[in-house]
Amino acid sequence: MNQPASIVRISGVIKDFTMGKTIVQVLKGIDLEIKAGEYVSIMGPSGSGKTTLFNMIGGLDKPSAGSVFIDEIDISQLDAYELAWLRCRKIGYIFQTFNIIQVMTALENVTLPMVFAGIPDDEARERGMELLDIVGLKKRFLHKPFELSGGQQQRVAIARALANDPAIILADEPTGNLDLATGEEIITLLKMLSRDKEVTIISATHDLKMLNVSDRVIWISDGKIEKIEKREELSISLGQIGDK
Amino acid sequence: MQGKIKPNLPQKQVVLPFKKSVEIAVKSIKSRFFRTLITTMSLILAISFYAYIKVNLDIISSITVSNDKAAIQRLSLQGIEIPGEGRAMELSPQERWILFLSLLVCVVGIVNTQLMAVADRFREIGTMKCLGALDRFILRLFLIEAALQGLIGSALGGAAGALIACLGALVKYGSSIAGLVSLNQILTSVFSAVVLGCLLSIIGVLYPALLAAKMQPVEAMRGRD
Ligand SMILES: Nc1ncnc2c1ncn2[C@@H]1O[C@H](COP(=O)(O)OP(=O)(O)OP(=O)(O)O)[C@@H](O)[C@H]1O
Ligand SMILES: [Mg+2]
Repeated sequence: MNQPASIVRISGVIKDFTMGKTIVQVLKGIDLEIKAGEYVSIMGPSGSGKTTLFNMIGGLDKPSAGSVFIDEIDISQLDAYELAWLRCRKIGYIFQTFNIIQVMTALENVTLPMVFAGIPDDEARERGMELLDIVGLKKRFLHKPFELSGGQQQRVAIARALANDPAIILADEPTGNLDLATGEEIITLLKMLSRDKEVTIISATHDLKMLNVSDRVIWISDGKIEKIEKREELSISLGQIGDK
Repeated sequence: MQGKIKPNLPQKQVVLPFKKSVEIAVKSIKSRFFRTLITTMSLILAISFYAYIKVNLDIISSITVSNDKAAIQRLSLQGIEIPGEGRAMELSPQERWILFLSLLVCVVGIVNTQLMAVADRFREIGTMKCLGALDRFILRLFLIEAALQGLIGSALGGAAGALIACLGALVKYGSSIAGLVSLNQILTSVFSAVVLGCLLSIIGVLYPALLAAKMQPVEAMRGRD
């Protein structure tokens, strides 16, 4: 992680969905490179293909054409085991709907990826508690999801995403279901993690607050990259957003 | 915190130890107690019916091979045909047919409730897959849950059926038969009922569990369509 190698490289990714007889092209050729440790936000109107792009990067779905490289490995070449390993250890996912497993406590949710990774129980529990501490929920480790607020559930999800020290965190509208203040707390937390742990964070959002913490913002619309802005350039265009 | 966790495993493998699978399955059964109860109910009923018929047969055959004239007479008073010398007591074709139907209905019921359960758990399954679960982890979780449900349900059903058969026999043929009936035989019948129940429960979950295991994480996350 010394020199900023590209951890995610997307090349010519196209995604079609077949709906009956019509083919809808949702991603129309995306090229993108993301460096290790970057905090990247993907902005775009609803239906522009953010979630679809995320699913490609996270190995949850396969592109119709083009390739996604993680650590310069084409993930379409991976078999089911390697793909599961990638999801387990390389990538942490955070969803708009939190997706905490309802029948498990906060701690069990956080340790589940460690179970899959083959980490012994004691070690997993200890690490799970540390992670819950980082997200400020140490005292809540025995709580079930329905006993937690939305913001708290999202914190559990963040702790869970960090379980196996992933290189990349993919967050699809992590603040989409939260109120303003809670959303801001989550954004601050993500920023802190990207700084302290050097995790690459890729986040899709409608939330303009997210822009301030991003190293780069990728604007997509209608399945294409419209523009990419570095943080330095942002302050200039930010004024215009309000006008639009 | 910073140091990467070194896997003490062969390269790039994800695991779910059997003990952990059972733990998760038990948790899931406990937290979905009501659903479990409904799934198990048809099994309890079918297996208790099976155990009742089986144990009843045991009792009647024990009486017929005994020398207890009074009890045998009471048997024929109940309209039960005593088979000829050296021939075992058997179920009538109608009884077999009803038994078969009841077990079939039970399996169909289990398939139905398990399909609903899987649909309810799409998101959970998708999430687990995003966290690194393999298809067979999901399959195993569902099979273990079904086996546990089968075990509990058929143990309850088997015990209930056997108990009803015994009490009924005592009332119908008099308490003198208590000495004639072999407890071993009854226990064997209950045991066979429990095995059958587990089997039915697992058969019933196979298709829903395969469906769940094969699901792609994206489909699962998007919900039910
Ligand atoms: N499985 C699918 N089958 C057909 N169409 C799909 C499928 N998944 C997504 N789409 C379509 O792709 C387009 C982009 O969807 P996507 O979810 O990527 O948008 P998004 O940018 O994440 O939007 P939002 O901000 O609302 O989450 C939408 O028009 C959607 O209808
Ligand atoms: Mg989306």
